[in-house]
Amino acid sequence: MLAFILRRLLQSIAVLLAVGVVAFSLFRYVGDPINAMVGQDTTMEERAELRTKLGLNDPAPVQFFHFIANAAQGKFGLSYRTSEPVGRLILERIPATLELSLCAAVFALFVGVPMGVYTGLYPKHWSSRLFQAVSLIGISLPTFLIGILLILVFAVWLRLLPSFGRGETVQIGWWTTNFLTWSGLKALILPSITLGLFQLTLLMRLVRSEMLEVMRTDYIKFARARGLTNRAINFGHALKNTLVPVITVTGLQLGALIAFAIVTETVFAWPGVGQLFIQSVQFSDIPVMAAYLMLIGLLFVLINLTVDLLYFVVDPRLRSQGGTARVAGH
Amino acid sequence: MHFNLRHSVALTALACASLAFTPAADAKTFKWANSGDVSSMDPYARQETFLLTFNSNIYEPLIRRDKDLKLEPALATKWGQTDPITWFFDIRPGVKFHDGTPLTADDVVFSLNRANGPGSNMGSNFVSVKEIKKAGDMRVEVTTKYPDPLLADKWAALGMMSKAWAEKNNAVNSADMTKNEENFATRNAMGTGPFMLKERKAGEKTILVNNPNWWDKPVHNITEVIFTPVSNPATRIAALKAGDIDMTYEVPPADTESLKKDANVKVLEGPETRVVFLGFDQERPELLESNVKGKNPFKDKKVREAIHRSIDVDAIKRTVMRGQSFPTNLMVAPGINGYMKDLDKRPALLKPEEAKKMLADAGYPNGFEVGMDCPNDRYVNDEKICQAVVAMLAKIGVKVNLRAQTRNLYFAKILRKADLKPGDTSFYMLGWSPAQTYDVHNVFEALIQTPNAATKKGQFNAGGYSNPAVDKLADSMEQETDKAKRDAMIREATKLYVDDFAYVPLHQQAVVWAARKNIDLVQPADNSFPLRFVQVK
Repeated sequence: MLAFILRRLLQSIAVLLAVGVVAFSLFRYVGDPINAMVGQDTTMEERAELRTKLGLNDPAPVQFFHFIANAAQGKFGLSYRTSEPVGRLILERIPATLELSLCAAVFALFVGVPMGVYTGLYPKHWSSRLFQAVSLIGISLPTFLIGILLILVFAVWLRLLPSFGRGETVQIGWWTTNFLTWSGLKALILPSITLGLFQLTLLMRLVRSEMLEVMRTDYIKFARARGLTNRAINFGHALKNTLVPVITVTGLQLGALIAFAIVTETVFAWPGVGQLFIQSVQFSDIPVMAAYLMLIGLLFVLINLTVDLLYFVVDPRLRSQGGTARVAGH
Repeated sequence: MHFNLRHSVALTALACASLAFTPAADAKTFKWANSGDVSSMDPYARQETFLLTFNSNIYEPLIRRDKDLKLEPALATKWGQTDPITWFFDIRPGVKFHDGTPLTADDVVFSLNRANGPGSNMGSNFVSVKEIKKAGDMRVEVTTKYPDPLLADKWAALGMMSKAWAEKNNAVNSADMTKNEENFATRNAMGTGPFMLKERKAGEKTILVNNPNWWDKPVHNITEVIFTPVSNPATRIAALKAGDIDMTYEVPPADTESLKKDANVKVLEGPETRVVFLGFDQERPELLESNVKGKNPFKDKKVREAIHRSIDVDAIKRTVMRGQSFPTNLMVAPGINGYMKDLDKRPALLKPEEAKKMLADAGYPNGFEVGMDCPNDRYVNDEKICQAVVAMLAKIGVKVNLRAQTRNLYFAKILRKADLKPGDTSFYMLGWSPAQTYDVHNVFEALIQTPNAATKKGQFNAGGYSNPAVDKLADSMEQETDKAKRDAMIREATKLYVDDFAYVPLHQQAVVWAARKNIDLVQPADNSFPLRFVQVK
């Protein structure tokens, strides 16, 4: 088990290096940040001088090497756009993104899984068909459109919820949280629904098809023959057997929620890392983009590791076999 | 489900609470948004309108601009020239910084040197300056290398900083991007202005509060200002309609009509001082991107004229800009010193046959093919304007191959190189406003004079237009202190570049802002937003 974790961590360093190489070879295509960094009247000579000083004329591998060498010492440089330290810029924005992604995930899980179980148990019932039809919206409408529609209805027409931003936040150490004020909680609702809707639909459809399959197995028939209650069969036997794929998907989707919060954050002017990334791309703010991409890479690696460890918890077969072979091949 | 339920409880509780409390009558909070953030709190970090004007609410200049962009005394009560190369500035007595320390000549000398120092982007305001020195506690004297009639105009954007504060916090210079350390002044501020910085979170929000000890009599009545960058235009408009913000800068033309129909919102529009224009490569013997080999069609004035007179700017205004533009034939806008209204007349449009004949006379009976560069995220509807131009020129047999791209790629391609070698473009779009001096000389110097690495003129003359007579006039007007003589030079030089069809000026785009009905504010033509005129009713 320990060897497995260690091996995974070593692999993740290789993954991060690969992410960095790809990122730096792409940066030349996002354009030249210098013209956005200086005012209109700055002479061409001064622009060229700044470009050289910042090392933007160096070949991509050299730039990458400098980045890694500095990053290893915890230095990510100054943002070209705001001249603030990149590390702190990202650290300040992370709580907003994590809280939003968490709420979206909780929303997707606690609404999506029960809906999936219900539609799986009663596939022919009219309300199941309704859920199915409604869930098509979650799959087919683009996120920014859902976001704007929600803003239009709940902020502009009904005036119930704020149209953008995080509302009041409370500072706990370096972390800022939305959970401790009413306005912060209110501000979470629309972005969480917007971000979680796709995941909700995905989970519902996944649980439904898994449930349909499990309910047909002999194992369930025998459970019925033993005279167990419906409740015990549905949740203790059937649902538990659908959980392995659900955990995999939820885990991967949590990473996706954080990484793809970009669109939701832009629509709701949510001050998270996704919005920071978009602002940085528009500005060719290379230090911020590099640090963000590495961070997202790291996050995916950690989430995958956690998911692998969770398999041990829910699947007893893995525990008895030691499980590494199965896990590595998922 | 649990999650939703908790929120609906929260909602109900909040609805009840908001009924019970009404804000105190004297506390007026003003909330506004823009597509982008102020990039730094340091007033010299970048010579860019939004940063300079936002920070001028905290840091005040010696001489400021009023609603009509005219100069008026601010931290200097009196200023002028004792001889052609010596300027004096008398500092207003009794002015205090936000921390209570008094403003003196030391702070002014310090600030001017900091603005001209390393890390600052304001250096171009100091090209003519030889020495800045203290001449008494409340007087500063400046000697210039040559007579500079525009010094006071240039410095109207430079905010004054506290010397003691900057020294204490290790911020005597602006942030050095090549070092790995933060500069205190990037996130904090200490000025004398009508507002004080209370909270700064880059990219999230910036909160200013009223300065009760301001030296001037406030016109505004706000106690707190909350500024938030909201990049998505649809969200900004929705937030304004919902009343979550009181004002938004930069309304997209497409949303103007719908906002005008909203009874709670008012739309403010006016011409911006920036002129958007098209330029030609008139320098290379052969165009980079064209099917004409061995010669450059744009070197021929007839060709430039045929193109100029085939571009229907009124049609662009009607269709692409939805009425939100002010067509022009000059490279400067009204409101800028040196704008000649009587010369601002576009020559009559040509019929396609006439234009084709003009091209045939120039030796291009079958027209020609040329590449065009255009940004797609810099000016209002930039790419669409270029597409309209492509269609208009197709009618006269000039086939334009448009390449529209994001500004970071665009500017890197078209701008001149460090040694002032021409940019890699044949036909391009650019916008320009003489935003530091509000004087036409800046336009001559940057866009119209022949590029010259030694004199540093013509930095942004990407196509290399060159007329020695204009060069000479521009150099003379730089140092001419007699207004009548100077105006005559401007008139002559303006006529020359217009007759040469040096550029195709298109229009000034409109500055469109929108605010809630209960907000009173002033919209200056330079797209600055002075909070000192805002009233919340």
